[in-house]
Amino acid sequence: MSAISVQQVSKHWAAARAVEDISFEAEAGAFVVLLGPSGCGKSTTLRLIAGLESVTSGRVLIGGVDVTALPPSKRRISMVFQSYALFPHLSVAENILFGLKVRKVAAAEQRLRLAKTAETLGLAQLLERKPSQLSGGQQQRVALGRAIIAETQVCLMDEPLSNLDAQLRHDMRREIRALQQALGVTMIYVTHDQTEAMSMADRVILLRAGRVEQDAAPADLYARPASVFAARFIGTPPMNIIALADGAQGAVIKGTQEGVVYRGPGGGMLLGVRPEDIQLVESGVAAKLEAIEYLGADSILVCKAGTETLIVRAQGKVARAPGTAVQLAWPREAMHIFEAASGARRDDVLVAAGVAA
Amino acid sequence: MNKYSVHIHGWLLLLPAAALLALFTHFPAVATLYHSFFSNPRKGREAAWVGLENYRVMIDDPVFWQSFANNLWFALGTIPLSIALALLMAVWVNGRIAGKAFLRIAFFTPTVLPMIAVANIWLFFYTPQYGLLEQLTSLAGLPSHNWLGSRDTALACLVVVTIWKEAGFFMIFYLAALQGMSPNLAEAAAIEGAGRWYFFRRVTFPLLMPTTLFVLVNAVINSFRLVDHIVVMTRGGPDNVTSLLLYYIYDVGFKFWDLAYASALTMVLLALLGLLAIGQFVFLDKRTHYQ
Ligand SMILES: Nc1ncnc2c1ncn2[C@@H]1O[C@H](COP(=O)(O)OP(=O)(O)OP(=O)(O)O)[C@@H](O)[C@H]1O
Ligand SMILES: [Mg+2]
Repeated sequence: MSAISVQQVSKHWAAARAVEDISFEAEAGAFVVLLGPSGCGKSTTLRLIAGLESVTSGRVLIGGVDVTALPPSKRRISMVFQSYALFPHLSVAENILFGLKVRKVAAAEQRLRLAKTAETLGLAQLLERKPSQLSGGQQQRVALGRAIIAETQVCLMDEPLSNLDAQLRHDMRREIRALQQALGVTMIYVTHDQTEAMSMADRVILLRAGRVEQDAAPADLYARPASVFAARFIGTPPMNIIALADGAQGAVIKGTQEGVVYRGPGGGMLLGVRPEDIQLVESGVAAKLEAIEYLGADSILVCKAGTETLIVRAQGKVARAPGTAVQLAWPREAMHIFEAASGARRDDVLVAAGVAA
Repeated sequence: MNKYSVHIHGWLLLLPAAALLALFTHFPAVATLYHSFFSNPRKGREAAWVGLENYRVMIDDPVFWQSFANNLWFALGTIPLSIALALLMAVWVNGRIAGKAFLRIAFFTPTVLPMIAVANIWLFFYTPQYGLLEQLTSLAGLPSHNWLGSRDTALACLVVVTIWKEAGFFMIFYLAALQGMSPNLAEAAAIEGAGRWYFFRRVTFPLLMPTTLFVLVNAVINSFRLVDHIVVMTRGGPDNVTSLLLYYIYDVGFKFWDLAYASALTMVLLALLGLLAIGQFVFLDKRTHYQ
């Protein structure tokens, strides 16, 4: 197993600073997801690790060896591209064997490894086909096959599931995760889909505009987002970010007088509460129900308190009519406070107010 | 609209194009075939049916056979080299190099220049005594040589001009095909450790087969169609060593005014080209991967 270490890596193009001073570690055998919105530098970071782009500054270590100056073939990695990058004129078997043929692995071993790989991925019946005769999901498996037959310690994947339909994506997610654990490879996986990141990763590295916004386990990312950006990026529907104001007895929701959120100054602060943490109660923060969206297992309620909109996720069907008044409450642990100006997390505000320890 | 009027509409829409094609392509071809079975009309003597007489004459015509042989050598000399050169230039220009746009234009220029102007430039290169080539060889201390006037070198001189002209044209097709290939393929291969030559042999070249087939058919047809360079540079001489089939037809038809024999020669050339094209498609299509 090989750990990956990315140290103060930057990549600048004439027109763009795609990656700016990124550092993170991936332990051997870990599943690390690079997550972020489009254009935040995920693919660039992955390509820098693969050696397909050269760094402007910084170092990349794989298995303790500085590979910054090495070509991709010397880095002992495999990669799955978003477009799969299958060779259209070669059969499935030839595609999977491409790397072994380049490296002149003995024919007997090639056969053995091909059989094993095909079995693992359920491709045994398709080996003679050309990529154009396969479905999207099957092509995806061939691309996976080409990566795992190399038996490298490190595997890099750039949005490998984004061309698949929802059901298939769900299945493949589990399969890739199981495969990674079975083979014990270190995985760096790029996606812009937070569900994928949360369900697969040991660690999520959230990127924003070429910088690391937060580097944490999925549960921590969900429970303690480091910024408003991280808070809004994880969870569906995303966390409510509510502007606060100074009230008579403490911080209140902007545009209201009653219902103290915590005892302390509220101006310039934002309250974050996840929709699933808000409950409808007998007495709490007063709000007006504006709309209900019924989704089956739960309902999404759009409420208005003062000038702020709150999304509430309630279980089952809610028997309230839009336009009526509701009372909302949330547990004190569910509160996240951010500074409005910088977007940074401000736990100290809650500590000072005596809400958190 | 009922069924008939749909058909009538369709045919009416096709009519202008079909009429032009028939008038200027199909009718002349059939007329040529027809004339090739008659004797040449002269003053006071009508064309008379002679059956295959013109074709029999052809079998005994040494100049025809020489032109035919010349043409084969010419094709053999130009086609592989111009295609290989085109491919090489395309791969080079497609890569990450400085001055890419300039190189592309430079390679394509020969195709844009008018044929007669090109031939005149090369005529100067090959001129005895003060031509560019002569100046270079004399600098190297080599004896003077009349490149276009010598039986040994005249055809080779034409081959060089043609390669120079065709390679840039074919490069455009290769370049277009290369641009359509995903750069991820090369990256995937690079990760597996494939070198540039291995990647070219195993991936780029096979994926370019449809283009190669297209270019090859064009190259073959062009090599049997060349006439303008010969008119400007050698007029088939010396001793017919640069007389190619189409030039010979031109000579027979418009210098000797033997239109009947020229018609017969034309039919043979047409049949030859048709067979070559069909042969190439049938033979190579099986080995070609289309996207
Ligand atoms: N070859 C390049 N030349 C110049 N700028 C580039 C190049 N490649 C990427 N960029 C820029 O770098 C930034 C990051 O690009 P990157 O492809 O890493 O984004 P991404 O996070 O993978 O986005 P997506 O989710 O859309 O794939 C973008 O602003 C992009 O325009
Ligand atoms: Mg990307």
